[in-house]
Amino acid sequence: MIQLDHLTYNYGQGIPIFQDFSWEAHDGEAWAILGPSGCGKTTLLYLLAGLRAPTAGKILIDGQPLERPRPHTGLILQDYGLLPWATVLQNAALGLRMRTFYGPDGKHAPKDFQPTENVNTWLERLGLTAQADKYPGQISGGQRQRTAIARTLVLEPDLLLMDEPFSSLDAPTREDLQNLTLELWAEQKLTLIVVTHAIEEAAILGQKILLLAPPPNTHPLVIENPEACTPLFREMPEYLDICRELRRRMEIG
Amino acid sequence: MKRRDLLLAVIALLMLWQVAAMLLRQPILPSPIAVAGVFWRELSSGELGEHFLVSLWRVLASTFLAILIAAPLGVILGQSQRLNNLLSPVIYLTYPIPKVVLVPIVLLFFGIGDLPKIVIIFLILFFQILVLVRDQAAAIRPELIQSVRSLGAGRRALFRYVYLPASVPAVLTALRLSVGTAVAVLYVAELFATQRGLGYYIYYSGSTLFDYAAMYAGIVALSMMGLGLYFIVDWLERRIAPWQFAR
Repeated sequence: MIQLDHLTYNYGQGIPIFQDFSWEAHDGEAWAILGPSGCGKTTLLYLLAGLRAPTAGKILIDGQPLERPRPHTGLILQDYGLLPWATVLQNAALGLRMRTFYGPDGKHAPKDFQPTENVNTWLERLGLTAQADKYPGQISGGQRQRTAIARTLVLEPDLLLMDEPFSSLDAPTREDLQNLTLELWAEQKLTLIVVTHAIEEAAILGQKILLLAPPPNTHPLVIENPEACTPLFREMPEYLDICRELRRRMEIG
Repeated sequence: MKRRDLLLAVIALLMLWQVAAMLLRQPILPSPIAVAGVFWRELSSGELGEHFLVSLWRVLASTFLAILIAAPLGVILGQSQRLNNLLSPVIYLTYPIPKVVLVPIVLLFFGIGDLPKIVIIFLILFFQILVLVRDQAAAIRPELIQSVRSLGAGRRALFRYVYLPASVPAVLTALRLSVGTAVAVLYVAELFATQRGLGYYIYYSGSTLFDYAAMYAGIVALSMMGLGLYFIVDWLERRIAPWQFAR
């Protein structure tokens, strides 16, 4: 379970992006965080990843205060997350190498870490076997994101954070990867939190949608979208309804 | 570039030299065939080889020293905005100074022998590597750093898995850019306070012995060293930075 407990965050002396903001997400939920640019959605994701520290208040994950990146949290960014000098296989294995580098210290790697996970199984699962020896510069944007997903899932996360993961991809590839994400979410029993500025993506990926407004954000505005994550949701009238509602609320915001 | 084209270029240059020598018919421009003969004679007597090795040692020692010191320093400066702000005015002012003008000073301070020559080449390579590696490290996208941190990387792993590999192409580019200058400055440095090295050999053969063929043989040897070093850097780039060529 993720809890934001009276969280305040600001850059320098400006208006706080979050002020006394409390919110929680339960295990296995699929969340989308939606809002216009500058609303602080990426900041929130970085806070949840343990890459930024709150100005005030607390972030608790499974009851533990978050102070640094947590070994069981996976993070996937829009782009530039892969090492350009490493092949697909080496990139996918990077997290494992990192864990071997530090050993199971409970800080950089889980205490019970056993270096046995098989990267190749994940490459195969994500259809990357033929790309294994190529460099990120040689493969398509969709394949790059698949590599990033493989690299994260190899580490067996329970929480997956994604920041605009598919916004630089063309529409068919984007839908394909959205479906894949939902498939993996169900299969791996992940808690999923996706940051997006696209209403359609929030509707597809979020069973619950956290709508952020221009700062300061003080209260979470949550929209329930229980039908999301079911097959063919894109074709259902509920999909259009939720898109319409999100659009309306964003215009008010 | 194809090997065959390179070979053709070598042959064309040699022919040009031969024609010029035949037209001029002066001792100050011996033909390539005459120079090749002297080159072989000097090489088998061991003299040219020894000067060559002395010069090569000076270049290699200063190159390794420069990489060893400048590359990590560049990574540190590239990572730390604060340190970089502190030091960049100093680098900005000292980087463009042609290091060859420092030769007399370095000679005064370090005397005769190998050390002053190594120091002067070191200075050239040091600044070149420092600046390129620093800029490369500073240009690494924050998204990449954050992704790798989210995989569990702390400072040490970031250095090992991100900053270090990112600086490899910068070091090689720096070497590629400065290896020619390094050999040129080596020549100048070897004109003074030494009786070993190709610079000395060329100067001594030409201006004291008036053995122009030997002077040319020395020049050929020094050129071959510069060319060889350039080829090695080229080969290393393909070998240890292959992603730059994969398309």
